[in-house]
Amino acid sequence: MKTVSSLLDRDWLARYKKISKLNIRSSIYDVTNRCNLRCKGCFFFSSGEDKAAKEEMDPEKWAQFIDSEKKRGVNLAILIGGEPTLCLDRVEMFYKRIPSYCATNGLIKIPRDRFPDMIIGISLWGDEKDEKLLRGKDTFSISSKNYEGDPHTYYLYTITPKQIGKTEHIIKKIRNVGLKVHMQLLSNDEGVDGFFWQKEELKDLCAEMDAMLDAYPETIISSKYYHKIITTGKMLGRSFGWTECPSVTESLDNRNPQPKRLIHFARWAADLKTMHRCCTSATRDCSTCKDGAAHMSWVMVNKRAHMRSTEDFQNWIEVYEMFAKLYQFIPW
Amino acid sequence: MQHENQFQETILAVAKILIDELRLEDVTPETFDPDINLVDEVGIDSMDLATVALVLQDEYGITIDEEDYPKLQSIRLIAEYIQQLLTMET
Repeated sequence: MKTVSSLLDRDWLARYKKISKLNIRSSIYDVTNRCNLRCKGCFFFSSGEDKAAKEEMDPEKWAQFIDSEKKRGVNLAILIGGEPTLCLDRVEMFYKRIPSYCATNGLIKIPRDRFPDMIIGISLWGDEKDEKLLRGKDTFSISSKNYEGDPHTYYLYTITPKQIGKTEHIIKKIRNVGLKVHMQLLSNDEGVDGFFWQKEELKDLCAEMDAMLDAYPETIISSKYYHKIITTGKMLGRSFGWTECPSVTESLDNRNPQPKRLIHFARWAADLKTMHRCCTSATRDCSTCKDGAAHMSWVMVNKRAHMRSTEDFQNWIEVYEMFAKLYQFIPW
Repeated sequence: MQHENQFQETILAVAKILIDELRLEDVTPETFDPDINLVDEVGIDSMDLATVALVLQDEYGITIDEEDYPKLQSIRLIAEYIQQLLTMET
């Protein structure tokens, strides 16, 4: 039987021990159905999730709900929307009860006196031209001023096919404002012209992401194994899709056989009663889904499958470390 | 003596459940070190533990509290935990 110590040397063993007992249990919460942007390619509005449930407006019910989520064992609340910063009181209720991560477009500054160490991920969809085309404005010019040098904030850079060959420009801009960046890929469900991935583009992008990680290791939070998996949709010879995805809401998961999955994972709508099928839109084709967190989780829940060789297991450790860094379970 | 034999049987049974449920290779119930740390050394995660716990519950007619999972660090500790629950029930 392959054991951890038979696969790892002392340094890797020390890295493994830092993450092996983290036992991260995340769930995702739509804080609000409203947003101050309408981005082409945003699954929340394109799939009608903004109309799936009426927002709960009673703060007391939000407080009770979050307490019950904590009791359910959730130790990482991922706050999305809509735009969570439009409802900072709700965000604060989460933050005071459960370690929380807030996804935002960065247009509204989250006050650090109320949220001193909350992890903030700012969405960015490319350079100025693409941002204007897809989101209606160059959000970086605003978000970078709001969060310059913030030690608990990073950019979540969604790479589109039009970004190949241009990512260094963006990464340098992020580095120059003293922030970090994690790269993910656009899943084009809205059919925005020119934003569909071709196989060769994905291969080129993987090489580019690797090169960027080599060149800017202090700025980029990533791993080469993750790049390979997100661009190929393959892991250990298996293909990502509905039968493999770990990020399906537990109570709605009727798959048989059950794949390895996130324990107690749920994605809640803003009425605090409705649950969405998974971490992204139920209208999405799972076989072409590029959701970064789902792919990271796919690796993370398949630990023992990666214990077939030292290289595979080290790859697993790097992806787990990346996830743990992104949500500050371990330092950057 | 009878108690000791019973305990050894439980250890072998737990080892077999772990091997079968988690499809562990190159190990038998007899060669599975009952003191090896399942998380630190075998690489078992909380999902694996939940899977094994369900089978143990069915096998022994016990209820394993999820909060007790961190205690179940080795085959011997699992066997002791089971024996303890069974003793409490009788």
